[in-house]
Amino acid sequence: MKTLEKKGIWSNVDTIGSWTLAFFWLLPLLYAFWSAFHPMEYTVRFSLFAPLTLENFSVAWSRAPFPRYFLNTILLVTSILSVQLVVSTLAAYAFARLKFWGRDVLFVLVLVQLMVMPEILIVENYVTMGRLGLLDTITGMGLPYYASAFAIFLLRQTFKTVPKDLEDAARVAGASQLQILLKIYVPLARPTYVAFGLVSISYHWNNFLWPLVVTNSVETRPLTVGLSIFGAIETGIDWPIITAGTLMTIFPLFIAFIIFQRQFIQSFMHAGLK
Amino acid sequence: MKLTISTKSALHGSLMLLPAAVLLATFTHIPSVMTFFHSLFSTPTGRHAAEFVGFENYMFLLEDDVFHQAFVNNLAFALGTIPTSIGLSIAMALWVNGKIRGRVLIRFSYFLPTMVPMIAAANIWMFFYTPSYGLLDQFLGLFGYAQNNWLGDPDTVLPCLMVLTVWKEAGFFMIFYLAALQGLPTEIYEAAKLEGVGRWYYFRRVTFPLLMPTTLFVMINALINSFKMVDMLFVMTDGGPDNASNLLLYYIYETAFSFWDTAYAATLTVVLFLILAVAAIVQFFYFDKRIHYR
Repeated sequence: MKTLEKKGIWSNVDTIGSWTLAFFWLLPLLYAFWSAFHPMEYTVRFSLFAPLTLENFSVAWSRAPFPRYFLNTILLVTSILSVQLVVSTLAAYAFARLKFWGRDVLFVLVLVQLMVMPEILIVENYVTMGRLGLLDTITGMGLPYYASAFAIFLLRQTFKTVPKDLEDAARVAGASQLQILLKIYVPLARPTYVAFGLVSISYHWNNFLWPLVVTNSVETRPLTVGLSIFGAIETGIDWPIITAGTLMTIFPLFIAFIIFQRQFIQSFMHAGLK
Repeated sequence: MKLTISTKSALHGSLMLLPAAVLLATFTHIPSVMTFFHSLFSTPTGRHAAEFVGFENYMFLLEDDVFHQAFVNNLAFALGTIPTSIGLSIAMALWVNGKIRGRVLIRFSYFLPTMVPMIAAANIWMFFYTPSYGLLDQFLGLFGYAQNNWLGDPDTVLPCLMVLTVWKEAGFFMIFYLAALQGLPTEIYEAAKLEGVGRWYYFRRVTFPLLMPTTLFVMINALINSFKMVDMLFVMTDGGPDNASNLLLYYIYETAFSFWDTAYAATLTVVLFLILAVAAIVQFFYFDKRIHYR
């Protein structure tokens, strides 16, 4: 009965187990939806006939400058990703294909960032940003992340798999170094770019500690920092309004995830395997 | 000819590395060294410039009760979350990898918390733990249990945060196991099926050992995460009550940006470095091995 061929009882155990766990995993968000879409009286009263409302969302929207927070987060995420792609493409190519003195030592120095992440250096980096006059700016929020050891590592691994013959052929045909990089390496590494892009976007959409340290005005605060102020108990805002605000901030990523579920999961897998 | 090629290569190489090198030096390497440097000085105040104090900050650290508490909390946090997350993520991956009804929806549910910002998750979970009005107390109330101040009680606050963390992380780790399971050889499975091997036996003797490299990788990542993951404290507890939920990185933040004791914050950061360095060294040797296997 307990053999590998799943029959009868074992297949049921699996089904029930996996569904139960999935239910518990969804529960917090299902509950957030319930409370955000119903009037206050129904926050802890569950009834099929509870009236639906969008009131909580409109109140939340008016209580805090969410449009500005959205804009700030979008600016932050896109600026970080675009700089990361350029900086790490160049560095990854150098590490993968060029020979120069001290290459391996430099590569190890790059990998140091995998351990000493910018979150840990908040104190020193705060001082640096002060000196650069970049406190409370989107640039200051993004700068420590512009060079990503993770991206350089991933792209280097991918570039190394590109056949050297392709490059030699292009060189014989008179292509420049930059043309070779842009016309051969970058297109072939597309899956890695997509994977890193999705990981980077979700990381920085959700990032909190460094943005909290470096921002102190509505003009720069990203969604996560805005949300932490909005949800603070001292503000005395009702529960359904907090959940509505919370859901609003995760909607864009949430919808993207529903549509591109496969792509997201494959990207995370791809990024994790390298 | 050969010389020109290699000189050209070196020139191109250094130009291409320049942006990354400048950025990493400015925001990773120099600040790391400066952190250690500043930990040997006193915090400058309005009247006094920083002065060299040797290891005085470290002596203070050894006697600092809050540091002890944060450190112990962090260890408890790691021990409480890592094995549970790993166990759950293996189960999740096995289920999602098998032929189960509604696989896509199940995988979606498991992975979803990964996509939710910790701050948002903390806001939502806050309500579960709210005394009397919150969902947990409402639910337990049905069975006649008394009300609890879950996040206000030093005995329950850390476990409450651990549950949230496991919920947030397990689905993320599932991804790595899923990837590993898809790479396992099918021949063993076919052979075991013919032999009529039991499910549990097969898992214990075949699947689990083959997943070992993944487990090690996940474990180290989880360990680093458990020292990095402090966002929920800002929403839920502020490290309280009475430091019962204080964690190292949060204490660093408090020391630097609430008490403005930057020298001591630097000292605490050095300790965090050491912990992460040990994790990284283990990881480095593990990666080294993996490359040889290929």
